[in-house]
Amino acid sequence: MSNWVEVCAADDIDEEDVIRFDHDGRTFAVYRSPEDQYFATDGLCTHEKIHLADGLVMDDIIECPKHNGRFSYKTGEAKGAPVCVNLKTYPVKVDGGSVFISI
Amino acid sequence: MTVRVTKRDYSLLGRDSQTAVESGLATAEWYHTDIPRKQMKELMQRSDGPAIRDTIIWFAALIVTGGLGAYLWGSWWCVPFFLAYGVLYGSASDSRWHECGHGTAFKTRWMNDVVYQVACFMIMRNPVTWRWSHARHHTDTIIVGRDPEIAVMRPPDLARLVLNFFGILDSWFAMSDMLRNAFGHISAAERSFIPEMEQPKMVRIARIWLAIYVATVAACFWMGSILPLMLVGLPRLYGAWHHVMVGLLQHGGLAEDVVDHRLNTRTVYMNPISRFIYLNMNYHVEHHMFPMVPYHALPKLHEMIKHDLPKPNPSIWHAYKEMIPAFLRQLRYQDYYVRRELPPTAKPYRDDFHSQAAE
Repeated sequence: MSNWVEVCAADDIDEEDVIRFDHDGRTFAVYRSPEDQYFATDGLCTHEKIHLADGLVMDDIIECPKHNGRFSYKTGEAKGAPVCVNLKTYPVKVDGGSVFISI
Repeated sequence: MTVRVTKRDYSLLGRDSQTAVESGLATAEWYHTDIPRKQMKELMQRSDGPAIRDTIIWFAALIVTGGLGAYLWGSWWCVPFFLAYGVLYGSASDSRWHECGHGTAFKTRWMNDVVYQVACFMIMRNPVTWRWSHARHHTDTIIVGRDPEIAVMRPPDLARLVLNFFGILDSWFAMSDMLRNAFGHISAAERSFIPEMEQPKMVRIARIWLAIYVATVAACFWMGSILPLMLVGLPRLYGAWHHVMVGLLQHGGLAEDVVDHRLNTRTVYMNPISRFIYLNMNYHVEHHMFPMVPYHALPKLHEMIKHDLPKPNPSIWHAYKEMIPAFLRQLRYQDYYVRRELPPTAKPYRDDFHSQAAE
């Protein structure tokens, strides 16, 4: 059963950017794509547990700030060394000008 | 954190490795200078332009110097061209391997990958092994038993340092590793930081390289000349001096087992030619603090955060005058290191994090 949690106002995330969202002892990364769509993944890189929200969003890729590991933030797919394990993704919706993720 | 009383164990599977994990030094959270997200994003932006320009210059210089060296082979006139070719091959490849390994040289991924493979071959570093070892170097920079890329271990082996200015030991070990990997043997240390799924790639690359070197040696026999090896392989020896000269300054003589790059890494102002060969890695504190920033943006990053960093060494010569006496002193006192002073504008070192280095 999904549990929609409000993250922030939609405008709080710049286009082609990411923010960190902590909730209930967990950390997430919430993205706004260049096409103005929103996505969410686990917040820590699967390689060395670095916060992805400090990384760089390029098109549909999030790059980890520590070792430049790359994931598709749309699918969670790891795109090559040094990351080998995919990221978990979460459904996202925008409702009433706010971003929600389903945890 | 405890003060070290026994000899250091730099092996990745040894006592100090285990101690680093238990004490929290391994995969620790490191100090970063605060930079607003907006500015950080601007600094991190990728661009193909600077790297395409620098790669064209690099390859053109390799072709011209190597071509003239070969053309003049047999006369003394070839010497200056091979000296230049050697540095472009055996030293400039070090920084290209490094920057493309981070994926920050070019915006376009395949360009990074192509230059990465070419530069890895020149510098004799297996592209799989070294991608993973360098990831560990950034996770656990100069943490004893964790960092596989500590160039100068204590007590310093000065003979080794001198030999490596001519690439002698590095090339010997690189060739040994290539042969070992080509025959499918993977060491326990390699297994400790390279995931199993990546190991077959390491073996495949080693076999390709071995074939290239066998072909080069065969060409030497066929021509009755060492000229082919002067162009492929040997420049890693006779042109290594520049990358060793600048590379030793990255961490040499500074602290071990700390989680603040201001204590274990050195930024040195250098001349434009060395910066081209080295791709601005003289801004090394900045690079370690923010590895996502491309080489061409490091001078700008330096200007933004220098208030929070130790004063850079003003020249290579100045940095050597700091580092060499430290090496000599470490021969007798292994715990000695150069503690870099911070300017009044900087956030102080957290000595509670670095009790050992603060001694």
